[in-house]
Amino acid sequence: MNKFFRHALTRSYQTLLFIFLMSSHFAFANSFDELTQELLNKDFNVKAAAIDKLANIKDERVKPLFVALTQSKIYYIKKTKQIGYYEVIDKQINFQTILTGESINDLSKRKYKKVTTNNAVRSQIKLHLAALNILSKDDAIRLSAIDSMLKSPDSLLLSVLKTATKTESSRKIKALIDLNIALIEIDSENETERKVAYEFLSKSLHEAARIKLTQVIDDESYTQEEKAFAEKALGNIEDKLKYLKVTENVFFGISAGSILLLSAIGLAITFGVMGVINMAHGEMIMIGAYTTYVVQLIMPEHIGLSILVAIPAAFLVSGLIGVIIERGIIQFLYGRPLETLLATFGVSLILQQAVRSIFSALNMPVITPQWMSGSIEINDALSFTYNRLYIIMFALMVFIGLLIILKRTFFGLQMRAVTQNRQMARSMGIRSSWVDAMTFGLGSGIAGIAGVALSQITNVGPEMGQSYIIDSFMVVVFGGVGNLWGTFVAAMSLGVANKFIEPFAGAVLAKIIILVFIIMFIQKRPRGLFALKGRSVEG
Amino acid sequence: MQALRTIFFPSINDAASRRMIMTLVVVMCLIPILNLVFPEDSFFHVGSNTIILLGKYFCYAILAISLDLVWGYCGILSLGHGAFFALGGYAMGMYLVRQYGIEIEATGQIIPEFMIAMGLSELPWFWYGFDNFWFALLMVVLAPGVLAYLFGYFAFKSRVPGVDLSIITQALTFALMQGFRLGEFGFGGTNGLTAFREILGFDITSDVTRLVLLMTTIVVLILALIFSKFISKSKAGRVLISVRDAEQKTRFIGYRVEHYKLFIFVVSAGLAGIAGALFVTQVGIINPDEFSPLNSIEIVIWVAIGGRATIYGAIIGAVLVNYAKTVFTGLFPEFWVFLLGGLFVVSTLFFPKGIAGMFSNAKLQAFVESVKTTVFSKNDDKKGEV
Repeated sequence: MNKFFRHALTRSYQTLLFIFLMSSHFAFANSFDELTQELLNKDFNVKAAAIDKLANIKDERVKPLFVALTQSKIYYIKKTKQIGYYEVIDKQINFQTILTGESINDLSKRKYKKVTTNNAVRSQIKLHLAALNILSKDDAIRLSAIDSMLKSPDSLLLSVLKTATKTESSRKIKALIDLNIALIEIDSENETERKVAYEFLSKSLHEAARIKLTQVIDDESYTQEEKAFAEKALGNIEDKLKYLKVTENVFFGISAGSILLLSAIGLAITFGVMGVINMAHGEMIMIGAYTTYVVQLIMPEHIGLSILVAIPAAFLVSGLIGVIIERGIIQFLYGRPLETLLATFGVSLILQQAVRSIFSALNMPVITPQWMSGSIEINDALSFTYNRLYIIMFALMVFIGLLIILKRTFFGLQMRAVTQNRQMARSMGIRSSWVDAMTFGLGSGIAGIAGVALSQITNVGPEMGQSYIIDSFMVVVFGGVGNLWGTFVAAMSLGVANKFIEPFAGAVLAKIIILVFIIMFIQKRPRGLFALKGRSVEG
Repeated sequence: MQALRTIFFPSINDAASRRMIMTLVVVMCLIPILNLVFPEDSFFHVGSNTIILLGKYFCYAILAISLDLVWGYCGILSLGHGAFFALGGYAMGMYLVRQYGIEIEATGQIIPEFMIAMGLSELPWFWYGFDNFWFALLMVVLAPGVLAYLFGYFAFKSRVPGVDLSIITQALTFALMQGFRLGEFGFGGTNGLTAFREILGFDITSDVTRLVLLMTTIVVLILALIFSKFISKSKAGRVLISVRDAEQKTRFIGYRVEHYKLFIFVVSAGLAGIAGALFVTQVGIINPDEFSPLNSIEIVIWVAIGGRATIYGAIIGAVLVNYAKTVFTGLFPEFWVFLLGGLFVVSTLFFPKGIAGMFSNAKLQAFVESVKTTVFSKNDDKKGEV
């Protein structure tokens, strides 16, 4: 269609629509039943006029009538001229009058006749329907109407949109209406209107704006000047999107980093502080996740609360198993790290198989509570999911809690004393074997807590721990053995780096690149980012 | 008799190793007889399934020897030896896969079927030359060897502590597993390489070929045993043991510890590669699961059960544990994992010296003592002969 012809048409329709909108105020004794009778008129002009008038009377019956008309479901009874919804279900005629809703089904098929429409009338009805939806009182209807318009904004609705934007109370819907107006006015004859539209679009991050602007650039019927505008606006948007992409990557990176932190921090204690290579660490995480599952089984009515109950439960279960492992196996192997590695690996196999025997080898369904689903929308191109936000906060809380335990409690003091000089600590009256058991229990318990968090984002199965163990060791080794802050920095930087490599290398390759990087890094600084200094280093 | 012994096993002077070699020779002679002479329904008949199983065990035994070299003699606990094994396996698998294929008309190349299924129309550059058996054989040793050299060069030079090293080797094999799983890597993705037909022109699935391959494996195993014993008894082997027991002291005496470590690491990787190559010819498939960290750590348990730093103990451990695995996974699959886990715990807690340690505790102790004095006093020539 020629562009100027399109403009002309738009104008005339707008005037028409405006007149009809105004005419409602004069209300020529046109009630719903009178107007609907005019639909039976053979002249399509009369029908069109009736429809315009119908659109302007405030009657709830208008909308379903219009919908049915576009679907050709409106018939009338020849004799009585009663109009109604007509449907054939299982060869049974189902006719319901529009005025009273009374059913008249007993007549033969020939007694009914369809209310005919032509293309012009149908598109007119559709337009009115859209306008009705836009002006609807229901937020959801308005939103969906405006949203579906974005794909092909109809210039005929411009005036409706303009009235709507003045009265709109919801910010989100108003922004969408304004976007629609801009999308229409970009084709306006008025130069200032066009400029305003381009200006508006260049600020919009909505996908529809980008699609329209690319269309302008590709379409031959637009002038060079318009194309230049469009390109500038598009460039503007893309700059912003790049910036947002970086923000999003940082967010994903931090959330991945906090998952790493959660899974590694327990290891930072058992491996970092005690020097025990706990290959069963991943299984402690797994047991924490299964504890969540069991807690949800016990209290199926309170899923929202179950996570909060699961946190201490998982800490106790995993911590207890940790203490048993320490007392049963590890206490005989201190000073022989490679042997602890083998023994705890055996433990990890046994725990995996135990879970497989108790629960089956399949993944268990852990429900995400209501308050953790959904997301915060910052703008059209950026949104943060709640579960990721919660996990970031949770990881920080666990980290800070652990720091406090280590630095501010008597147990932490004993723990550090035993780590630094076992003999001296013992001669000062510290029960070093008790401290060892408790420390190992603490590390395992924190792994259990990590399992609760991880159950919300990954599959809970017997092998789930395996996928975290290598990453966790990498984090602890990279961060520097025996330093919680090192673990924190390492987890966050690895998480963020991973997300930035992923887009151009793919998820698997990104992991490999990170691994190679860590291996290279450890060559340079064998003791990690934050190395312990002093005598304990050469141990 | 004594003269013969010194000619054939010049460096083997412990009875256990000699007994092990004799046993292997007997097995090697018996199996063809049991397989070919006895009829199939006879009690003494050894079927082709048993032959494949035995081949598998002996390949694992070679792999265990290679780990024993680094762990038992040098104290490097590698949790990534499965990677060297799998690399050797892939090198052999590439040769086997290239024995037949579909001809691409444009280039005239014959390329394996799976590549066409993956949308490749040209042979990737790293596949060149693998149609030649001897080149493939070279790569079986070179590919793991070069990887071990590069990895070891950086790791040992910067003196990564033993525990961290173990974890990095595990990460290495994990990374390789992820990589080989990718289709675009060009090694067949998760399916790996399989459907082999011929080796050196012989049908790879025929019973006779399998028998010959088993014989070859046993011969290689015996050679590996002799070779490892030779290394361990050589001067370099003694330095290695002292590195294991007192790394700093050895360094201060003036030995270049890194060089010795690198040497044994590369040799061991090459040996693991050979084991992998033999494994693939008999099992008939190689896929990325061979890289899985669990496989590598299982090798450690074979050596631990058999007894470290004895070489023959590694063979006993590999064969016994794998035989147990076959039996238990057949009878009670659940129980096997409990048993394997229990083996790890019990062997580290109660039998740190393994099966071999139960037999020759005193002897081993004397040997270690003498080696220590030899190296630290630097009078190798006189006291060297134990």
